[in-house]
Amino acid sequence: MSSMDISNLTKETLKRMFAENKRFDYRELNDFRDFEITYDVSNKAEGNARVKLGKTEVVVGIKMAFGTPYTDSPDKGNLSVSGDLLPLASPRFESGPPGFESVELPRLVDRAIRGSGMIEFDKLVIEKGVKVWTVNVDIYPINDDGNLIDAATMGAVAALRNGFIPELDKDGKIDYEKKSSKKLPLSKEVYPLSFSFFKIGDSIILDPTREEEEASDTRITFGISKREGEHMVNSCQKKGEKPFTTEEMEKMMEILPKKFDEINKKLKNFL
Amino acid sequence: MSKEFKRPDGRKHNELRKITAKVGVIPNADGSALFAFGDTVAIAAVYGPRQLHPQHMQNPAKGILRCTYDLLSFSVYDRKKPGPSRRSMEISKVTEWALEPAIDLSEFPNQVVDVQIYILQADAGTRTAGINAASMALAQAGLPMKDLVVSVAVGKNDKHILADLNKEEEDYEEGEGATDFAIAKLANYDELTLMQMDGKIQPKRVNEAVRLGIEVCKEVYEAQKKALKDCVMEEK
Repeated sequence: MSSMDISNLTKETLKRMFAENKRFDYRELNDFRDFEITYDVSNKAEGNARVKLGKTEVVVGIKMAFGTPYTDSPDKGNLSVSGDLLPLASPRFESGPPGFESVELPRLVDRAIRGSGMIEFDKLVIEKGVKVWTVNVDIYPINDDGNLIDAATMGAVAALRNGFIPELDKDGKIDYEKKSSKKLPLSKEVYPLSFSFFKIGDSIILDPTREEEEASDTRITFGISKREGEHMVNSCQKKGEKPFTTEEMEKMMEILPKKFDEINKKLKNFL
Repeated sequence: MSKEFKRPDGRKHNELRKITAKVGVIPNADGSALFAFGDTVAIAAVYGPRQLHPQHMQNPAKGILRCTYDLLSFSVYDRKKPGPSRRSMEISKVTEWALEPAIDLSEFPNQVVDVQIYILQADAGTRTAGINAASMALAQAGLPMKDLVVSVAVGKNDKHILADLNKEEEDYEEGEGATDFAIAKLANYDELTLMQMDGKIQPKRVNEAVRLGIEVCKEVYEAQKKALKDCVMEEK
């Protein structure tokens, strides 16, 4: 298990199977693995979630802190998403300065959430232009078996949904220990998700295992949400050198809202 | 005297917090485990033996053990900035020294066994919980081991020697204040592999504290053994 590179033979086999609409674990190409969300990670956090998507496991925690608003948005609070691909979670991850993947993961989650309007930033102001709340969303994979990004977005949304604003003491400092009942200001109806499509040969799949992800040529991640019954794509980023065709884009745009409704419905069982 | 002292959570002076131990929590790892003392929760993963890079770190005589310990950012009230700190680097090193005597890597020259320890939720005693988790993870990885390593923090509030201090007790300020003494040992040998102390304690009472530590470590050992057995039974 100490090396996770897959062989060309496995890669060719996967490619052939996908072309026949088959997967090692008998899923359809667009099927997600079963997932569950629990809220048992840390009682020191102002919101947390643990997502298990197949064998992939991600934990997310919210820490609230004072921040300074950006000069161009003095009446809005801040969101800061960060992530660390701990070597704990996979033999692929190495210690040391963050690689591209660990920079990209939180950025994709950030954009899916920010773009959706789920967080009502104008309600995170303490003193206009001077002091606001910064919502720190920290993401850590515990076991990487593929599709970390989509799992991380689910985790971030779930953690925000049970997030709260801590109480202040009489000197105006944050009292993290005091129980607070002030929920984070979130739109009641917006639940963003991300969907990463992976392309292998001419096939496109969702929710790959690590092995499938390893075999893929390229990836595209969409952040999507729904407001007043209307789907909105909020972010998009392609990875890798191989292109997608317009036909493939159209196909993905057809799948995306359907998949959103399906996964969103399942997700709500855990919120 | 210790018996009359009221601990904030009502424990007896020699009473550990509730132990949770589970083996096999990270499928990717060659060995993994969770260990908790009450609200302090640690997870550990073992990867290896595997090739060690850079080459100049390799030891042609035997494999090396490399430990990483850190807190997740949201494991504490004041967010811990992600990435290693001086504190976490020191604890990583003492953890390595605490575990090394238990494990024989002579069959794995030039290779490394990586032990990754992370704290999900911190309420004092994180390094000891981490060592207990790591010890189980090494055992699950099937590495040649002389014994399990067991670890616990003992300490003192004012004049009272106590086992397994929680954060509130670690911050105790009255009388002689708080002393925190982290101990690890090989479960079945009189070999102490970690001794780290901060506080204010009379030399004689150090012995008392160590004796208490050794005594309560037996509970840790039982919990570790049970978790390892449960894991094997599950696999069957």
